[in-house]
Amino acid sequence: MIFQLAIASLFARALTVGMTILAIALSVALFLGVEKVRTGAKASFADTISGTDLIVGARSGSVQLLLYSVFRIGNATNNVTWQSYQDIAARPEVDWIVPISLGDSHRQFRVMGTRKAFFDHYKYRQGRSLEVSDGLIMDDLFDTVVGANVAATLNYSVGDPIVVAHGLASFSQHKDQPFRVSGILKKTGTPVDRTVIVSMEAVEAIHVDWQGGAQVQGQATPVDEIRQMNLQPSAITAALVGVKSPLQTFRLQRAINEYSQEPLLAVLPGVALQELWGIVGIAETALLVVSFMVVVTALIGMMATIFSSLNERRREMAIFRAMGARPMTILSMLVLEAMLMAALGALLGMALLYVGLVIAQPILDIAFGLWLPIDPPNMREVWVVLAVIAAGAIVSMVPALRAYRLSVADGMMVKT
Amino acid sequence: MTATVLQLSDISYRWMGNTGFSLGVTDLSVAKGESVLLLGESGSGKSTLLSLICGTILPSGGTVHIAGQDITTLSAGRRDKFRAEKIGVIFQQFNLLPFGTVCDNILLPLRFAPERRKRAQDPIAQAAHLCTALGLPKGVLTSKATALSVGQQQRVAVARALIGQPPIIIADEPTSALDANSQAAFLDLLFAQTAENDTALLMVSHDPRLGERFDRVIQMEDVAQIQRGTT
Ligand SMILES: Nc1ncnc2c1ncn2[C@@H]1O[C@H](COP(=O)(O)OP(=O)(O)OP(=O)(O)O)[C@@H](O)[C@H]1O
Ligand SMILES: [Mg+2]
Repeated sequence: MIFQLAIASLFARALTVGMTILAIALSVALFLGVEKVRTGAKASFADTISGTDLIVGARSGSVQLLLYSVFRIGNATNNVTWQSYQDIAARPEVDWIVPISLGDSHRQFRVMGTRKAFFDHYKYRQGRSLEVSDGLIMDDLFDTVVGANVAATLNYSVGDPIVVAHGLASFSQHKDQPFRVSGILKKTGTPVDRTVIVSMEAVEAIHVDWQGGAQVQGQATPVDEIRQMNLQPSAITAALVGVKSPLQTFRLQRAINEYSQEPLLAVLPGVALQELWGIVGIAETALLVVSFMVVVTALIGMMATIFSSLNERRREMAIFRAMGARPMTILSMLVLEAMLMAALGALLGMALLYVGLVIAQPILDIAFGLWLPIDPPNMREVWVVLAVIAAGAIVSMVPALRAYRLSVADGMMVKT
Repeated sequence: MTATVLQLSDISYRWMGNTGFSLGVTDLSVAKGESVLLLGESGSGKSTLLSLICGTILPSGGTVHIAGQDITTLSAGRRDKFRAEKIGVIFQQFNLLPFGTVCDNILLPLRFAPERRKRAQDPIAQAAHLCTALGLPKGVLTSKATALSVGQQQRVAVARALIGQPPIIIADEPTSALDANSQAAFLDLLFAQTAENDTALLMVSHDPRLGERFDRVIQMEDVAQIQRGTT
C-alpha cells in the first residue's frame, strides 16, 4: 500500500515527475547510445579484416595504411611499384599476395581494382569469406562485383551497365568503357559493402586514353583494341599478404620495411588496429565521460525536484506521522519514489535507445558503413539500468534525510 | 485502571529554541468512552499537549499512560506503532492525503497497526459502513480526497480515526474550519459514532460554546502550568 501511495503521489505531481523521468530517460538513452556506437564501431572495425598477416603499402603511418587500404578512409600518398610487388610476391615466406588498386570512384562509392584471389583470401568476422548473393565473381575484363550497399543504394542488379569515374568525387567519367555488374555480394558489415570491385587490368584499361588526370584530346581507343593491349599495371596502392607460417610474419615484415628499392611499409592488421584504438581511445573516453556526466546531471535534477517538493509535502508527512508512520518510513518512501522515477527513466531510456537504433541503423549504415546490430539488452546495459536506479536511491538520500529530520521535528503538527 | 484510557501524571515539557515555552501537567485523565473538551486560548500549549499524548514528543519527566501502557518508556519506533494502534487523530483541516482516494485515506492508519487492522476485520466494508453512518454520499470511497468539500473531508477524517475502534480519539480543533451549521452536524455525527464504539474523545478548542455537548470541560489553565519564554 505504501508502494501504491508512492505511485499515487507521483501521479499527483505528474508534470514535474514526468519531466524528471524524461530527463533521466534521455540521459540514459544517450549514455547507452554512445556505448552502443562505441562497441559497435569497435566490433565492426575489428571484424573487418581477418586472415591477412600483413598489409603492405608505400611508407606512411601504419594507421594511415590500415585506414586507406582496408577501411577506404583517406588516400594513399604514394603507390607501390609493380616491380616491388613482384619482388615481395617472390619471397619464400609469402603464401599468397593480393594487390589492391584504389583511386577511382563510382558515384559515392570507391572502386577497388584487385585480383580474383581477393575473394579467396579476404576474410572478415573471424574467417568468413565473401559470397555473392546474385551473379558471379568477375570473369571478363569489364566485369564488376559490387557490395551490398552499392547495389541497394544505386538499385543495381546483375547485368546492369555502370560507368566508373577517374579520381574520387570527380565529374569526369570514363564514359567509353562499358562496365557491367556481374555479381552482387552478400552484406558483410564491412567497407566491402560500399565498394565496387573490378580487376587490376580494368583499372589500367580505364586509363588507357588518360594522361596526368586528363583525357588525351581526340583519343578514344575502341574497346576491342583495349582488350588486345597489355594491361599490366605499373603500380598498385597496397597489397594484402598471407605468410606460410605465422613465425615468418616478422621476418617478412622486416624485409619489406627494409626493402631498398622503394620505401615500403608492412603492418600487422591487429597491431595497426591496436594503434588506432590508442588514438580513438581518448576521444572515446571523453565521450563516455561526457555522457556519464549527463546521467549524473539528470539525477541531480531529480534530487532538486524532490528537494523543492519537500516544503509543500510537510503536511503529508505530518499526516503520515499522525497515522503512526515512523520517520524512517517517510525517508524510505522518498527513496522509493526516487528509485521508481530512476527505474522508469532508465527503462524509458532503454526504449528510446531501441527506437533510436531502429531509426539510426540504416542511416549509419549508408553514411558510415557502420552496422549496429539490434540485440536484446546485454548484461552491461542491464547493469547500467541497475546502476542508475541505485544512483537514484543514493542521490535521493539527501532530500530524504532532510525529510526525516523535518518529520522528527514537526511530529504531527505543521504550522502552515 | 481499565476505566481510564488516558492518564497524564507530573509531566513537563519545554520546547527547544528561543520560544522558551514550557508546559507542565500534574494530573489529567480521560475515562473509557468519556468525551472531554480541553479549552484554552491560542498559544496556551494545547497542540503541544496533544503531541505529548500521541508520543511524537517526549516529556522530560512524568508518565503518559494510554490504555494502561506508559508510552514514555517505549522506544520512538514503538511509540509510533502504539499511536497507530491506540489513537485516532483528527486535525483542524487538511487531514487527507490529496493524492489518495477516500478509501486510501481511511485505511491509512491500519497500514501501521496490524492489531487494529485485525479488529477492523473487513476494513473496506467497515470504511464503507462508517462513511454511510457519517452521512457521506454513496460511492465516496473511490473518489479523490481533494474532490470533497471541507466538511466532507473532516468527516472522512472521523471515519479514519474510528476505523478499527481505537480506544481514544484525539481531535485538534476539528470544527474550526466549518461554519456553525456544519459544526453542529459534524459534532452530532462524531458523538454518535464515539458512543456507538465506546471510544473516548479528547477534543481541543478555544470555543467555549461547544462545552455543553461534552461529558466534561477542562480549562487549559486549570490542568497545566504554562510558562512563556521571556527571551
Ligand atoms: N515545534 C516547535 N518548536 C518550538 N516551539 C514550539 C513548537 N511548537 C509549538 N511551540 C511553542 O509552544 C507554544 C504553544 O504552542 P501550541 O501550538 O501548543 O499552542 P496551541 O494552544 O495549540 O495554540 P493554537 O490554539 O494557536 O493552536 C507556542 O508559543 C510555540 O512557541
Ligand atoms: Mg494548536
